[in-house]
Amino acid sequence: MKLLTHNLLTSKCLKGVTVGYPLAIVAKEVKVNEIDFNPEFISRMIQKVDWAALCKAAENLGHSDELPPNVVDDYENNEEFLKKAHHFLMEIEVMNGDLICPETGRKFPVTDGIPNMLANEDEV
Amino acid sequence: MSGRPEHQAPPEIFYGEDEARKYSRNTRMMEIQLVMSERAVELLCLPENQPCHIIDLGCGSGLSGETLTEQGHTWTGVDISSAMLGVAKEREVEGDLLLGDLGQGLPFRAGAFDGAISISALQWLCNADQRSHNPAKRLYTFFSSLYSCLSRGSRAVFQFYPENSSQVELITSQAMKAGFTGGLVVDYPNSTKAKKFFLCLMTGGQQPLPAALGVDSRENAPNHVAFSQKRDRVKQLRSGKAPKKSRDWILEKKKNVEDDKERKREKTLNLLVESDHPMYGKVSNLF
Repeated sequence: MKLLTHNLLTSKCLKGVTVGYPLAIVAKEVKVNEIDFNPEFISRMIQKVDWAALCKAAENLGHSDELPPNVVDDYENNEEFLKKAHHFLMEIEVMNGDLICPETGRKFPVTDGIPNMLANEDEV
Repeated sequence: MSGRPEHQAPPEIFYGEDEARKYSRNTRMMEIQLVMSERAVELLCLPENQPCHIIDLGCGSGLSGETLTEQGHTWTGVDISSAMLGVAKEREVEGDLLLGDLGQGLPFRAGAFDGAISISALQWLCNADQRSHNPAKRLYTFFSSLYSCLSRGSRAVFQFYPENSSQVELITSQAMKAGFTGGLVVDYPNSTKAKKFFLCLMTGGQQPLPAALGVDSRENAPNHVAFSQKRDRVKQLRSGKAPKKSRDWILEKKKNVEDDKERKREKTLNLLVESDHPMYGKVSNLF
């Protein structure tokens, strides 16, 4: 699971959860995959990404000091910043671990890089 | 037993290891999927030369996702069969994968995606595989969560195999209820083999912004349009008639109509008086 996906993921499909964001990450195994850098796509996604949640996810994975705390001005033309965002959003993958709903504490297991978002019938 | 797979078992059971294998070995199956995926992406009408973030609903082994990768888009796939997702992982698809049930709603933030495609998955949602399942309710939950996680102006295209017309009705009515507009596109409707159904849903909303003036090389072009209606009025004045929609013009028109009526009445009277009709005979004696 890429951190981009994590950044967009909520647990609001569970009954009684109103926001369900951001999901906490407890990672057992993290992998770094090299992926082609696409500055246009990254600058489009930065508008959609919740930067604070990305920083928190990076912190959970033990990379807190590498990411600037805020989106810089004029990020579209700042290649260094875009490359860093690309690395965190696209290349770092959580392979095994758990995602935890901030409201109910429900765990969603991640196995082989695939988060299991299936809810039981009594949870929806 | 019916030949339709969704009548045989729930999707997470039907697409087990054996069935999933077929999607990485059977070239004919893969080719059909590929053609349908390409058509679905075409129907999405994505902005040209812009890398988009797409969700693949019922992505299976990621065949449809590969079409998206080829066209330069980034995608995330959701499927209920872990065996199919396993095959996708094995094939090292570029997209991120998620195990989830579409009928429980999509677990994404608002506006996360620029579009959605789905190949041969929608008909599965019309089945009640568990006692608690209510197809109409599940379809509604799915469509309303999809509507929220698409950005405004984007589309969702579903290739699917409807069982009958009431199933199409069930699906489209729930999609409209969730806020979508759009409808069914049927490719090759007269061929039993090539016939394909695509449900194209649109979120409406913002249209592309018109280009601003004075940005490109047409700097010297006039940046305003002359107020042309004024000229027309002047022209009308010159011709001696009252300007259109003015008080005099209306009065004149009313007078013309009255005159016209008067003329017609006289004509009718004359006609009656002079009539020599075989059935009515001479009617002049009536007056």
